[in-house]
Amino acid sequence: MLEVGLSHYLILSAVLFTIGVFGIFLNRKNVIIILMSVEMILLAVNINLVSFSVYLNDLVGQIFTMFILTVAAAEAAIGLAILVVYFRNRGTIAVEDINMMKG
Amino acid sequence: MVNIAFFVFAAILLASAVRVITAKNPVHSVLFLILAFFSAAALFVLIGAEFVAMILVIVYVGAVAVLFLFVVMMLDINFQELRQGFLRYLPVGLVVGGILAVELGFLAATQLIGPVEAAGGPTAIPPASELTNTQAIGHILYTDYVYAFQASGLILLVAMIGAIVLTLRSRKGVRRQQIGQQLDRKRDQVVAVRKVPTRGGV
Repeated sequence: MLEVGLSHYLILSAVLFTIGVFGIFLNRKNVIIILMSVEMILLAVNINLVSFSVYLNDLVGQIFTMFILTVAAAEAAIGLAILVVYFRNRGTIAVEDINMMKG
Repeated sequence: MVNIAFFVFAAILLASAVRVITAKNPVHSVLFLILAFFSAAALFVLIGAEFVAMILVIVYVGAVAVLFLFVVMMLDINFQELRQGFLRYLPVGLVVGGILAVELGFLAATQLIGPVEAAGGPTAIPPASELTNTQAIGHILYTDYVYAFQASGLILLVAMIGAIVLTLRSRKGVRRQQIGQQLDRKRDQVVAVRKVPTRGGV
């Protein structure tokens, strides 16, 4: 049986990161899916940090994972709030028109 | 056994991640995102990071994903319209994603990360029989990283205030009770005592 090691976790997180970046390009018009892709990218980073933390025997990686989680939650809240305000003003969430937010 | 569990959860994680970005209905996307977070939490449990796994379930599944679900269901959006450029952007995405995957694959193939040495020192992971994962994190988080911990609390506060300020609106034409004005009124501003002559009227 194949022994699961650090490289398995790293490959998993690399694939997840790639899927997230791919999702941003695939759903260019839908901001909600783009935000979800960003969350997946951050999840990939978290997997990286935790696996290195365990295999390097250093707890600091898990602590920084929690900081990333905090920032991700704040980012999602602010992003969705902006989205709600934008939808209220425009009636759509198409990304192409967002540059009209410039003053 | 642990190996089989790893591959099962990793497969579920990747499959649901693919479904997040390809699902036609955004509600399905959010639900697959929740599944992806659950699988990631299971992977964290497998590797021995129980606290981070539980935080992932509580924060991501309990707060962030539900927030997404609220917004997706609250906004009345024609999602078919938003999917129009799907195939047009597919080649660009494939190229960029392919380059990224190849680069990351090179890194994995070069075996730069060979056998790693245990770091040791004050932040080493204690054996589970001695101290649980949560206790060990607490020992470090509240001592060495207390300023970063406070700063992350501040970030959450700023995010909360920002979200409230952004979405709060005062509608026009709605009459509200204004308690300040009510309390400010004095007797002589609102009550007039008149001497009314008999048979004269006001």
